[in-house]
Amino acid sequence: MAQPTRPASAQTVFAPWTDPTAQPLIQFKNVTKQFGDFTAVDDLTINIYEREFFALLGPSGCGKTTLMRMLAGFENPTHGEILLGGKNIVPVPPNQRPVNMMFQSYALFPHLSVWENIAFGLKRSDMPKDQIGDRVAEMLRLTRMEKFAKRKPHQISGGQRQRVALARSLAKAPKLLLLDEPLGALDKKLRNDTQFELMDIQEKTGTTFVIVTHDQEEAMTVASRVAVMDAGKMIQVDTPAGIYEAPNSVYVADFIGDVNIIEGNASVSGEKVDVHFAEGVDPIHAVTDKPITDGQRVSYAVRPEKISVDREPLADRANHVKGKVEDIGYLGNVSTYHVRLPSGQLVSALMTNSRRLARRDFTWEDEVWLSWTDTAGVVLTE
Amino acid sequence: MKKPSWFNITSLTLGFAFLYIPMLVLIAYSFNGGRLVTVWAGFSTKWYGELLSNEAFLDAAWVTLRVAVATATLATVLGTLAGYVLVRGGRFMGRTLFAGMAYAPLVMPDVILGLSLLLLFKTMFSSMGMTTVILAHTTFAMCYVSVVVSSRLMSFDRSIEEAAADLGATAFDTFKSVTLPIIFPAVLSGWLLAFTLSLDDLVIASFVTGPGATTLPIKIFSAVRLGVSPEINALSTIMIGIVTIGVITFSVINKRQIAQRLRDEKMAG
Amino acid sequence: MTLRRFILIAIPFSWLLLFFLVPFIVVLKLSLSDPAIAIPPYTPTLDPSSGWAGIKSFFGQLDFDNFTFLTLDPLYYTAYLSSLKIAVISTMLTLLVAFPMAYGMARAPEQWRPTLMMLVILPFWTSFLIRVYAWVGILGKEGFLNMVLMWIGIIDEPLTILNTNIAVYIGIVYTYLPFMILPIYSTLEKLDMSLIEAAEDLGSTRAQAFWLITAPLSLPGVIAGCFLVFIPALGEFVIPSLLGGSDTLMIGKVLWDEFFANRDWPLASAVAVVLLMILIVPIILFQRNQQKQMEADQ
Repeated sequence: MAQPTRPASAQTVFAPWTDPTAQPLIQFKNVTKQFGDFTAVDDLTINIYEREFFALLGPSGCGKTTLMRMLAGFENPTHGEILLGGKNIVPVPPNQRPVNMMFQSYALFPHLSVWENIAFGLKRSDMPKDQIGDRVAEMLRLTRMEKFAKRKPHQISGGQRQRVALARSLAKAPKLLLLDEPLGALDKKLRNDTQFELMDIQEKTGTTFVIVTHDQEEAMTVASRVAVMDAGKMIQVDTPAGIYEAPNSVYVADFIGDVNIIEGNASVSGEKVDVHFAEGVDPIHAVTDKPITDGQRVSYAVRPEKISVDREPLADRANHVKGKVEDIGYLGNVSTYHVRLPSGQLVSALMTNSRRLARRDFTWEDEVWLSWTDTAGVVLTE
Repeated sequence: MKKPSWFNITSLTLGFAFLYIPMLVLIAYSFNGGRLVTVWAGFSTKWYGELLSNEAFLDAAWVTLRVAVATATLATVLGTLAGYVLVRGGRFMGRTLFAGMAYAPLVMPDVILGLSLLLLFKTMFSSMGMTTVILAHTTFAMCYVSVVVSSRLMSFDRSIEEAAADLGATAFDTFKSVTLPIIFPAVLSGWLLAFTLSLDDLVIASFVTGPGATTLPIKIFSAVRLGVSPEINALSTIMIGIVTIGVITFSVINKRQIAQRLRDEKMAG
Repeated sequence: MTLRRFILIAIPFSWLLLFFLVPFIVVLKLSLSDPAIAIPPYTPTLDPSSGWAGIKSFFGQLDFDNFTFLTLDPLYYTAYLSSLKIAVISTMLTLLVAFPMAYGMARAPEQWRPTLMMLVILPFWTSFLIRVYAWVGILGKEGFLNMVLMWIGIIDEPLTILNTNIAVYIGIVYTYLPFMILPIYSTLEKLDMSLIEAAEDLGSTRAQAFWLITAPLSLPGVIAGCFLVFIPALGEFVIPSLLGGSDTLMIGKVLWDEFFANRDWPLASAVAVVLLMILIVPIILFQRNQQKQMEADQ
């Protein structure tokens, strides 16, 4: 899992959501959206702050696109309020909102050139005519499309179309830019490059970005905060690291990256929790700040890369379990070991291949010890 | 690619022979010097001369042309509106009725349309004429335009219109500067279709026409009721010629555009 | 905004109401009126000034006399039956001619297809009347066909084809052929050739592959084509009047004669109402078929 942290250029870390005095740019207040009997967005409340790069992440049909379309004004909430800079924007039609959107299909006007596409919104704003040319040129420069200004959309490549769509939606300098699966149509390599380009442009322009995606890696890469959605509900909103390291539910843990989930009964002593997952085996030792009662049924989640596979238990780790190697997935830089515990659970562990394959330590059916610290995993109650 | 089989070649040859021989025979006869069909009296263009000096035919042709242009233009405006309302109009009271009415004239026998419109016009106008023919033709031609336009609208990405709204365009502005330019080829073919339908119609025009508004099909029909007429052969040849040139030009332009597009897309990578 | 939307909808809507729906109500009313020769007004007339009583007496005076007359005179019901027969037979004949052509087009090398397509569409843009008329010169006693056949020596006496039902069949097949070819072609063209290869790979012969794969998968196109020929053929007027004989009974022609020759407008209206009722079933079936196909395409 790629975990690039945002450049720590600022003296203070950018985290307005931790500041109780900060005024959010966007507030959803108990917003519900129903289509007939179907509830797409269910009583949702959330704040998004200025200059944030906010990702809405979830499977298709979770309501993330509806949420975005309500911000753009293409859908109106059934109940609740949406505030932009403190003002309710629900009655404002899409063409009068200081919000622009970059569409999944890019929605470039096929009969207009790249230049005219970018100028489309400016011509409909109160910008004086003689300044439009400069602004378009600026946008073309920002997206490195200067050479293609006269081309029609079908005369440029997919990656270039994506950049034109971005330039067009940024041209009016919106308070908020919405990006609907902006990289979905690009191939993997181009997508990775473009992700960093997007972050760069967001930083340069200082615009608030809200991105909708189903690609968790993309969300983790670009976003300052990620909101995980399911069935119209917001499950967790946190920084990428927070979502990954401290998921609040089995759903989030499972949705983001690979994870081992082990169910058991908790026994609590202060901050320490033991998870008894099988008879006659040492429980898993963990720490938690959640209120957990003795005997409560819990799920213990631990990422594969936090578990070490060795011939002997590692003395400095709190947890040791013995098992048998059932499968090895070789991925080049890393290998995944699927280890069967005597109690029946299958646990994955990730080891970097710092040695050549020929000298690999373990093979199928080998007896191994899995070790990890008491802070490696989290105890989840839902 | 497999070589085409004999069966396919034979069926295509016979089929196209069936489609085209009657027209070719008609064209050949139009250059026959004699009045009798059976006897070839040498190559001659005299029937063309007679046709062009026949005032009644020229009048009818002029009437037909004016009716067809007026019909095509009216029907294109109304049909484009109807197609737009059907695809983008959302829900409104009477939508089902509207969709049904926009579709029914396509499958309604001409005799019924003609009869019913005449009965209506009798209550509205004191006499029939070009106006009534244009009204009648517009009514059924607009439904064809609506089909052409709405199928184009259905196939185009809705988010393009949303993008225009998002960038500050009003609904009317969006229609004018985004939707209409994109669907324009469909609107144009709708116009051509309406024009052809009006040019072609005998039955409805026969019902709703009046003094001074004899259209070409009515004229042709009364001339050929009793058998072959060499002037009509000449007229048919001219009409077939115009249509052929039109269709071939259209498809060559179309082919070039497609080729250009493919080249552009290749260039784009 | 809402007003603009209202106007947008109202313009085409009211046009169709006035010029499509209202005329039908007029026809329906007239078909229930007393028979009379030409010139309105027809009794009963609706007198709105006398209020509810007027409306009641108006509906009270409407009757089904014209429809009763249609069932009594054999001319009408034989005309309906014969129209149905001619429409069914010519639809089948059109299918027989069109399917091999559509199949041949769909299997033709890709670079030919636009040209073949153009060749099918070209007659469609040519005047319907002229295309029917072309056959008058071919099928007549002294026409092109008899001339050729006698010259070859197949026949000694000219055949009588013009002014018979056979000429009507030929005319319908000829003029409606493009309507049958196009929908069949479009389903056949979409058909994935690897399905047929898969069938052959799994052991079926060419012919079996055709009957088990191609035929059922082209069915939606065949059904659409059949309706597109059958529906207009049933009410056809030009073809029977130019190519048919005095014994060719088709309802479109009967309606025309009733109106123009006998000038019995109420009876002509009744003929139209019955024709419409016969057509409603195939029209609804056709629309269902189209809708199903559109949903399948999505």
